[in-house]
Amino acid sequence: MGKVVVVTSGKGGVGKTTSTAALGAVLAQTGKKVVLIDFDVGLRNLDLVMGAERRVVFDLVNVTQGVAKLSQALIRDKRVETLFLLPASQTRDKDALTEEGVASVVGILREKFDYVLCDSPAGIERGAQLAMRFADEAVIVTNPEVSSVRDSDRIIGLLDSKTLKAEQGESVTKHVLVTRYDPARAARGEMLSIDDVLEILSTPLLGIIPESQGVLRASNVGSPVTLNEPTNAAARAYADAAKRLQGEDVPMVLPVEKKGLLNRLLGRRVA
Amino acid sequence: MSLLDIFKRRASAPVARERLQVLLAYERNNRNQPDLVAILREEIMAVIAKHVQVSQDDVKITMERGKTTSTLEIDIHIPNGGAAASPAF
Repeated sequence: MGKVVVVTSGKGGVGKTTSTAALGAVLAQTGKKVVLIDFDVGLRNLDLVMGAERRVVFDLVNVTQGVAKLSQALIRDKRVETLFLLPASQTRDKDALTEEGVASVVGILREKFDYVLCDSPAGIERGAQLAMRFADEAVIVTNPEVSSVRDSDRIIGLLDSKTLKAEQGESVTKHVLVTRYDPARAARGEMLSIDDVLEILSTPLLGIIPESQGVLRASNVGSPVTLNEPTNAAARAYADAAKRLQGEDVPMVLPVEKKGLLNRLLGRRVA
Repeated sequence: MSLLDIFKRRASAPVARERLQVLLAYERNNRNQPDLVAILREEIMAVIAKHVQVSQDDVKITMERGKTTSTLEIDIHIPNGGAAASPAF
């Protein structure tokens, strides 16, 4: 029986979709069967980040409504054999997803896959609540910035009250994934430090993803950063985070971008 | 401007941290309480609906929180003729 992991944040634009793609790809590379579900109905983007936008025929809503079979809607990744994507629908109907529909799809997928990663929409409304509803674990993507931390705190509150696990008296295992971290700025006291974020959210850390230009390069070409530039600092941080998600004990070191000699001589800033 | 001033100006993270700690302590406290205004609104609507027909948009309920007391303001617009729906005794 596979694990259902929701990737959530409350705030938009902090890196949920990027993180879902990057973690999913690296988990699949290690041989795990992984399916990524885009829950952002109306504003799907995981297909684009995964480079599968032209292969979408059926979507999550089609499956829950019985229009298409699950096997017809799943898109197999062209790079990693054990990686699949279930895209969101572009419908404008907010109530297109029902709890029963999601329960049935997630139920089937968790039987067939080792990891079901649910990419949550931003916000705390219905879509976000459905994405987390059946989760065993949660990755809370947080930027070291006040509004993101506040929204993460709100999402933690929802994970502890609105999920099936919470209602059954159990709890969703929560992890914080800090993204867009700039260690130099944090050292200068210009950015909340990892310790600050963890202390405020009192939730264990899954990983620290440094700010990196490789992330945009990867989404430009429609490939998870962990596949597109595996040696990139952010990609390595995602790979470590994926190991921790599987229960491995990986020391928390902040990967730094390797500076080329030329860049070093020119003193160019490396992001 | 001394060197210390430059350092002080830059270290904005401690400010962020403190603001968050104060805010979240307050928000966490209020989170588990049901939304009082929403409950009041629903129940007041139910009472009014028994006697007159008003739409949701005609009932405005706001709560202003003061330091020692809070004010609950209920503003109901009853369309003329709406009272005709009152039940017969």
